[in-house]
Amino acid sequence: MNTPVYRIRQLLKAYNGRRVLQIEHLDIQRGEAFAIVGPSGAGKSTLLRLLNFLELPTAGKIYFEATEFSATQEVPVEIRRRVTTVFQRPMLLNRSVWANVHYGLGLRGQHNATERTLAALEKVGLDSLKHQPARTLSGGEAQRVALARAMVLEPDVLLLDEPTANLDPYNISLIEKTVQGLNHEHNTSLVFVTHNIFQARRLAQRVALLLDGQIIEVASVEDFFENPRDPRTAAFVNGETVY
Amino acid sequence: MSNELLEIVLLSLRVSGVALLISSLTGIPVGAFLGLRRFTGRRLLVALMYTGMGFPPVVIGLFVYLLLSNSNPLSRLDLPFLPALFTPEAMILAQSIIAFPLVAGFSMAAVMAVDPQVRLQVRSLGATERQTVLAILSEARLGVLVSVIAGFGGIISEVGAVMLVGGNIAGRTRVLTTAIVLETRKGNFEMALALGFVLLGLAFIANLVMLRLQGRSIEE
Repeated sequence: MNTPVYRIRQLLKAYNGRRVLQIEHLDIQRGEAFAIVGPSGAGKSTLLRLLNFLELPTAGKIYFEATEFSATQEVPVEIRRRVTTVFQRPMLLNRSVWANVHYGLGLRGQHNATERTLAALEKVGLDSLKHQPARTLSGGEAQRVALARAMVLEPDVLLLDEPTANLDPYNISLIEKTVQGLNHEHNTSLVFVTHNIFQARRLAQRVALLLDGQIIEVASVEDFFENPRDPRTAAFVNGETVY
Repeated sequence: MSNELLEIVLLSLRVSGVALLISSLTGIPVGAFLGLRRFTGRRLLVALMYTGMGFPPVVIGLFVYLLLSNSNPLSRLDLPFLPALFTPEAMILAQSIIAFPLVAGFSMAAVMAVDPQVRLQVRSLGATERQTVLAILSEARLGVLVSVIAGFGGIISEVGAVMLVGGNIAGRTRVLTTAIVLETRKGNFEMALALGFVLLGLAFIANLVMLRLQGRSIEE
C-alpha cells in the first residue's frame, strides 16, 4: 500500500477544444479500491479510458508506475495489458461464453489456459453456460461474463465503469463480492466509477468527487461520507443536485 | 450435361472464382481500412468506391480492353502482371475490377455497423492494432461474407466486360453469359436456355447463401 500505481499530473482532456477533464494532481495507490463518483457528464468515463490508455491525453501526464503516458508518449502493449476495463455495457463478442472469457488470454498467446478460463467462469457462477452463445444471456449474466473475461487476465488494475448499472440486487451483490475478492485476495487495484454512492461506500477505501471535469475532493471513505471538506461533496453525498 | 456445356460452366466458375478471390483479398482489407480509419481524403475515396459499385461493367471492360490492347504503350513493355487480350486472365482482371468496389463497399458498411464500443473493449482486453482489426472483422463476418457473395453475383452474371476482353472464343474464353448471347443469336434457343438455367441456378445459390447469412428465411 501507499505505492502509487497511477500518478496523474496536470492532465487535460478536451474534445474539439471543449475541456472535459482537468486534473492537476491525483495519485491512486497499488492495491486500493478507489471510487470516482459524480453526476453524468462529469468526465468519469473519460478518466477511466485515459487510465486504460484507450485515449491520449490532450496535455499533461499519467504515470503508470514508472511508465509515462502523454499526448506524445503511448504505452507499450505489455504495460497496457496490465490494466483492463469492465464497461457499463458488457460488449460481449458474437461467440460462446467460453470464447469470450478466453479471448484476452488468446490475445496473449495463452491458447491452452482452459483451467483459468473455467475457474473464472466458476467464480461468476456461469460455468454451466460456457457453451451458450454469449449474446443470448440476460443483462446480469452478460455483465458477469464481462467480469470473468477481465478477471481471467489477472490484471494489476481493474477499471469498472458503472458495472452494476441497471442490474438486479442478486447480480449487483455477486459482482461486488467478486471484485472485492480480487482486491483483497490478489491485491488488484480497483478504480470504479459509480453513480451509486452506497456502492462507493461498500466497496471503496477512498472516494473522489468529479464535477465538471475537475476533482473536487478526494478522501477516505469515512471522511468523504461523514466529514466532507467541500460543501459540494456534502451536497452530493446528501443527494442534492450539484451540477 | 455435354462436354461443351461442362467446359463453359467450369471456365465461368474458374474466371469468376479467381476474380472473386483477388477482389476479396484486396477489397476486404480496403473496406476495413475505410470503415475503421478517419483521414483526410477518406470521403473522396468512399465516394469513388460507391461510384465503382454502380459503374457499368461494360465500361470497365472497355478500359481493360484499352489497357491490354497493342495500341497502349503499356502493353509494349510486356509487363508480367498484364495478361494478353482474349484470354481467361484478361477476363479475370476485368471481373476483379468489377467485384472490388462491391466487396470493399459492403465490407466497409459491415465494419462500420459494428458497435464502436467493441473496439474500445478489445483494446482494453489487450488487443494490438492488428488484433483489434481482426476482432472487428470477426464481429462483422456475416456482412463481410455477404460482400463476397454480392461480388460473386455481380460478376458471374456479367456479360459486357468478358465479351470485350475475352472475345467469346470457343473452348478458350467462352463463359456462360457470352455463350447465351451467341446461342441466342444463332437461334439455338435450347442450348441458350440450358445455359441460362445453369446461370440462374448459380445466381440463385449465391443469393440463397446471402439470405441465409443475413438470417432471413426464404419464406419471409
